[in-house]
Amino acid sequence: MTTRLTILAAIREVAAEQGKTLAPLADDLPLMESGLDSLCFAILVARLEDALGADPFSEAHDGRLPITLGDLIAFYETARV
Amino acid sequence: MSETRTLEALSLAAFMAPGAGRGRRVSTRDLSLNLDDLARATSLDADSASLEGRSVALVVSDMAKAAAALIELDGLARQILLCPPGVDAVTLAALARVAEIDALVHDGDAPEPDVGVATRVVCRLPLTPLAAPRRRSFATEWILPTSGTSGTPKLVAHTLATLTAPFQPDAGQRWATFYDIRRYGGLQIFLRALAGVESLTLSDPNESVEAFLLRLATAGATHISGTPSHWRQALMSPAIRRLSPQSARLSGEIADDATLAALKALFPAARVEHAYASTEAGVVFVVGDGRAGFPATLIGERSDMTIRIEDETLRVRSRCTALRYVGKDAPQLKDADGFVDTGDVVAHSGDRFVFFGRRGGIINVGGAKVHPEEVEAALNAHELVRASRVFARKNPITGALVAAEVVLRAGASADEATRRDILAACRVALAPYKAPTSLTFVAELPITEGGKLARHG
Repeated sequence: MTTRLTILAAIREVAAEQGKTLAPLADDLPLMESGLDSLCFAILVARLEDALGADPFSEAHDGRLPITLGDLIAFYETARV
Repeated sequence: MSETRTLEALSLAAFMAPGAGRGRRVSTRDLSLNLDDLARATSLDADSASLEGRSVALVVSDMAKAAAALIELDGLARQILLCPPGVDAVTLAALARVAEIDALVHDGDAPEPDVGVATRVVCRLPLTPLAAPRRRSFATEWILPTSGTSGTPKLVAHTLATLTAPFQPDAGQRWATFYDIRRYGGLQIFLRALAGVESLTLSDPNESVEAFLLRLATAGATHISGTPSHWRQALMSPAIRRLSPQSARLSGEIADDATLAALKALFPAARVEHAYASTEAGVVFVVGDGRAGFPATLIGERSDMTIRIEDETLRVRSRCTALRYVGKDAPQLKDADGFVDTGDVVAHSGDRFVFFGRRGGIINVGGAKVHPEEVEAALNAHELVRASRVFARKNPITGALVAAEVVLRAGASADEATRRDILAACRVALAPYKAPTSLTFVAELPITEGGKLARHG
């Protein structure tokens, strides 16, 4: 599975588990408007670390955090594994 | 600190009198001590004068030897430091320094424990004849390490009076314990056995749970005590069906409904009780109604025991509490009113209080507090779960998330469907931030020397 598909599947899984209604998952969707709360994001990041072997949020970065879903996917696609 | 006393005062010798002449024994896997023989024989290879009034570190491997030495040292030594089994050299040196040890009782095996003292006495079984009667002129302080699940133990001082205050001698109990008798929980059982007339069966660290249970069956143990973790291990052993105790007792950790129910189902005729006790607070109460937590009516003031709740934490004042923490820079054990802060967090739930866990063991999920024990209770309530351990997993968003390791019951398959089912049940039972977000299956969980679930960090 590609990084993109892994992330989209994990988002849907976490939302379903936590009983959240997701906005349509488009690349320009701001993450804060996705329907996920901070606990959901925390769980998502942990799941993606397990699935992809990378946690770009904990890596040294230049302070730029993803704003949109597209940013998030790119964040993981360019992360060091 | 200590004072001499008259021989009429409380002494182990007086305590053991009811069982005299009945040939009762303290048995481990490898050794057996006939308690009657101690009247005219000794386990120590020096005359007792060399240990009189000393602060003695007791560092022996087998519990039958520890039993002999404890009986011999009570009233003779000023202090006995009961060193936990398997204590490493660095910890031992630190404990000996804090307790100002000036004599050592040890196995005599190389390498000898190093506590920096010249007076060194070897403890051996079988016993050898005693040259001169023992002198017992001290109200000996029993120094016990605390039984925390992580970090260097603190030392607390008890006396025979505080240790034996919780119980009335009762004749017909054939005691056995998973505990080591050099820790508070095991020492309680050891002293109860001495006060009775029957034998005591003790565990061995190198023995399987299955083999120990078979020994208990052979010994006909009627009163068996251990931590919930000990009992969960026992429930996974076929040999537990060979036991028919009158009392199965849990202490040292939070007893959960699932473990209590499993024991009650296995031993329908037995009293399944959980005792709330700690090295510092002593025995506080015993709950016998088979349910986790304790009745709210236990809170309040009584002649011999006052329990109150402050900052959600249990505080206890009673005759069973330790005297003090030991050491020059030791913190105060009791507040100005004589209460010991147990550090155990409780919450009101209907007509009961339930234990939430240790104040220091909290997982912080984005500012929300999670007690691992509460989550473990929810996991253990699942029909496929035998035991569980909950810990913090670092997370860049919330600081931490709740993670779990689970031991499944026999017959449950360690697959994705089981994993999802258990996690889903937790999300129903717990607030979202408390439910585990990751779960791994493990064959077993590490248990500390004290019989408690080993916590991370």
